[in-house]
Amino acid sequence: MAPNDVGSTGIGAAVRRREDFRFLTGRGTYTDDINRPNQTHAVLLRSPHAHAEIVAIDAKAAKASPGVVAVFTGEDFKAINGLPCGWLVHGKNNTPMVEPKHPILADGRVRHVGDPVAVVIAETKDQARDAAEKIAVTYKELPAIVDMKAALKGGGTPVHDAAATNLCFDWELGDKAATDAAFAKAAHVTKLDLVNNRLVPNAMEPRAAIGDFDRATGEYTLYTTSQNPHVIRLLMGAFVLGIPEHKLRVVAPDVGGGFGSKIYHYAEEAIVTWAAKQVGRPVKWTSERSEAFMSDAHGRDHVTHVELALDKDGKFLGMRCETLANMGAYLSTFAPCIPTYLHGTLLAGNYATPAIYTNVKAVFTNTVPVDAYRGAGRPEATFQIERLIDKAARELKTDPAELRRKNYIKPDQFPYQTPVALVYDIGNYDATLDQVLKLSDAAGYAQRKAASKAKGKLRGRGIASYIEACGIAPSNVVGSLGARAGLYEAATVRVNPTGNVVVFTGSHSHGQGHETTFAQVVSDMLGIPMEQVEISHGDTNRVPFGMGTYGSRSLAVGGTAIVKSLEKIIAKSKKIAAHMLEAAEADIEFKDGKFTVAGTDKSKTFGEIALAAYVPHKYPLETVEPGLDETSFYDPKNFTFPAGCYVCEVEIDPETGVVEVQSFSAADDFGRIVNPMIVEGQVHGGLVQGIGQALLETCVYDKDGQLQTGSYMDYTMPRAGDVPSFKVAHSVTACTHNPLGVKGCGEAGAIGAPPTVINAIVDALSEYGVTHIDMPATPNRIWKAIQDAKAARH
Amino acid sequence: MYNFEYQKASSAADAAAKIKAAGEDGKLMAGGMTLIPTLKQRLAQPSALVDLGGAKDLAGIKVEGNAVVIGAMTTHAAVAASKDVQGKIKALAGLAANIGDRQVRHRGTIGGSIANNDPAADYPAAVLALGATIVTNQRKIAADDFFKGMFETALQPGEIITAVSFPVPEKAGYVKFPNPASRYAVVGVFVAKTGGGVRVGVTGAGNSGVFRAHKMEEALSKDFSAKAIEGMHPPADAMNADIHASAEYRAHLVGVMAKRAIAAAG
Repeated sequence: MAPNDVGSTGIGAAVRRREDFRFLTGRGTYTDDINRPNQTHAVLLRSPHAHAEIVAIDAKAAKASPGVVAVFTGEDFKAINGLPCGWLVHGKNNTPMVEPKHPILADGRVRHVGDPVAVVIAETKDQARDAAEKIAVTYKELPAIVDMKAALKGGGTPVHDAAATNLCFDWELGDKAATDAAFAKAAHVTKLDLVNNRLVPNAMEPRAAIGDFDRATGEYTLYTTSQNPHVIRLLMGAFVLGIPEHKLRVVAPDVGGGFGSKIYHYAEEAIVTWAAKQVGRPVKWTSERSEAFMSDAHGRDHVTHVELALDKDGKFLGMRCETLANMGAYLSTFAPCIPTYLHGTLLAGNYATPAIYTNVKAVFTNTVPVDAYRGAGRPEATFQIERLIDKAARELKTDPAELRRKNYIKPDQFPYQTPVALVYDIGNYDATLDQVLKLSDAAGYAQRKAASKAKGKLRGRGIASYIEACGIAPSNVVGSLGARAGLYEAATVRVNPTGNVVVFTGSHSHGQGHETTFAQVVSDMLGIPMEQVEISHGDTNRVPFGMGTYGSRSLAVGGTAIVKSLEKIIAKSKKIAAHMLEAAEADIEFKDGKFTVAGTDKSKTFGEIALAAYVPHKYPLETVEPGLDETSFYDPKNFTFPAGCYVCEVEIDPETGVVEVQSFSAADDFGRIVNPMIVEGQVHGGLVQGIGQALLETCVYDKDGQLQTGSYMDYTMPRAGDVPSFKVAHSVTACTHNPLGVKGCGEAGAIGAPPTVINAIVDALSEYGVTHIDMPATPNRIWKAIQDAKAARH
Repeated sequence: MYNFEYQKASSAADAAAKIKAAGEDGKLMAGGMTLIPTLKQRLAQPSALVDLGGAKDLAGIKVEGNAVVIGAMTTHAAVAASKDVQGKIKALAGLAANIGDRQVRHRGTIGGSIANNDPAADYPAAVLALGATIVTNQRKIAADDFFKGMFETALQPGEIITAVSFPVPEKAGYVKFPNPASRYAVVGVFVAKTGGGVRVGVTGAGNSGVFRAHKMEEALSKDFSAKAIEGMHPPADAMNADIHASAEYRAHLVGVMAKRAIAAAG
């Protein structure tokens, strides 16, 4: 390969993930791999009750237990602020949400199983565990509030005294009068009740945190499993512990998956940071898996009623949606924005429905807090829309694919203003539909169905479209909607004297492959091999203030910040080259890593320019500063709108209710693609999580608020054998408002897969008269649905 | 995990001596596939652990007359791979091949599984259906007398299973419906046809542990076919229920798995 031949590492190349060598060979450095000198170990004592008053805590025996350094309880944190919520939602009549304190350690009351009550810090983890068992807590149990509908009726002790009926907010979006008018003139109305099941994120790496305090400098360091170290520094430093940013460093080293659950600021981070100063030694905490089930923020958990109004030709006239969204016991960092601005605003889906109204009631319950999880609000919206349309198609005896096509926003309608606030910049939904029908061999379906029937199996085919809003933005708009943070991203591109490059990005990578994708962007734009590019992220003392990784934003927002910095580097380099080549700046062309005077063979390589910038002997010092190091902050003008269409075929064993996913075809439009292999991997991962939600995963609490699915013995994670080999294809409409034309791909599969799978199952069961099945569609549920449908017919 | 004293036994006799010396808080450990997770979760606090892993006389498979005798410390993987088991009782080899995961199959043992008598374990169904004999360091116990409800057996303190002797059946089949999360049996049915009749062992389903489906046995003794038990299943009120499977569903699955086990028996 010639030095400047970047064809194999530029934009569009399926470069192997450079980070995988360290991950696959055990050379990664995760938080738990880090050990600080003289480190102590923290173990949390957690509530065994869903709802109880703490009458007394006796920690005497624990404090005297061997190896114990300190024991802290809620009393010690009384003067310290609670964990902040990053989004203030206003409901009807501009009523602000109820925002109760989320104490670091329970303050007189425990509100969910797993609520932290005390922390023991000891020389070893086992000593801390032994001591934690010696803490005597006297509880007075209260009835647990678990079911959302019952919670809203009030009665008994509410989860928070400030919310007598456990209502956090009652929010609406859309034109109710116009929507009601649409229903009044409808030829057909389809109605559906559905549940979006609660999920436990289950990142492969459990959360961990190490707090360290340097008495000499007064600087705190927190090592933590975070998707966004700067956000943690701001939230914990400014809002909880009162540590100024210049005295607080947050490091998120290698992180083994997040899926949203590692966005939030958790109590354990504040505990270890605060305690490190109290005990004068570093404090380490690592979650156990069973602890993760009861302390990592959960996802989804909506109960919804949706209705669709259609005219006599099957055109959508209006849609309305009533949703109860579970907040859990406290407001997690971004919890209120998930069922509102990431769910209500997505209810137009891919369709030109003229009137939409939605009402969301957010409810406190005695369960683990609920927040964003891969897709965050958008899977809930998509599930509602796509299940509803499928039911309508069945009721109208029309082809579900063609009913969708008839109502799609057409390519010539972009930019398209939806009735629920968003403006879609571009898309071509007919194209992804056509692509998926071909990919999934629609023509051969009748034959496959007959073959399944001959084996005694029920075959079903399901289709669903989805749209996603990624790269949540712009900051001034989301600020007016209640966001208490900006939503830009930052990047510094530092060219070193010999022409290699380090990019410092706020977009943390924890499985997404940024270290490869971002390096490809640099390689492509600077015309240098990828090996000369390093991507640095995760340390607030190294990277500029960035918002981190969530909502499929990294390439569209973080990548654009890199592009902006690269553009500054190139512009400055042209000035330097013009001086060195004794030509006018306007005559300098940059291509394939070379600065050339147009129309001549006079040129300088990128490396020569870099050296000149740092050894500025022959250099335009009067007009250009030395150095080649540029920073940009990019605040997007709009969301990006990836979209796609999926088809799934299932085979059901009617005797047992077991579903086998026979095939899954995904046609996505992610805009321009930098690394097709990484994108395909992201799609695969998302699809597995979506299929997991549809068939396997669910978090169950019993009526007393006890977690029934507290381990992998009962919480069913999808396994390789549960999914087929996926068929994946792409079409491209480039995003109109970022320079790379990219949209985002991380969450798509998890958004589009659940309704696709459920539509296929309902299709298979339709011969029994089954019209809906809740997720997860377990064998028991399917068998029961068949039995109930059979009984109803007799 | 709490601290305990670890002792490794070199033989069945050595283990018996060690566990006796350890007193009532001592615990025998076979493969440890249930015990170790229990210890890690601090749900058990034995004073001493006597590891049977070094007791060479407890492992191995041999054919004795019309029986396959499997040493208590034989791993599931060894049973699955055994030519003797495959040749004489193929269904038993198949059962062993599908217990847990690869790691569990290479650590877990038949003696440990039977002594623990987890109501969702696979082996108890085979032991009951095949009318096996459990051999201990003190006596021989018939399968029908061995299992005493969930996690309870006829074993006395200090009594150690040394082998399980399985009479070779004419035909046998085992089919399980695995729990989607844990892969333990939600329902597992082992059907065996011998000169003395048909026996049906059911694991996972019953609310008092592994049991024999006597009505099915009667029907199958007359006609060993799936048709003979069409529509038959145990009463739902005798079934276990959890978030994965209701009692009604489990009862239904016993019928379905039994039919499939007969088909598998050939």
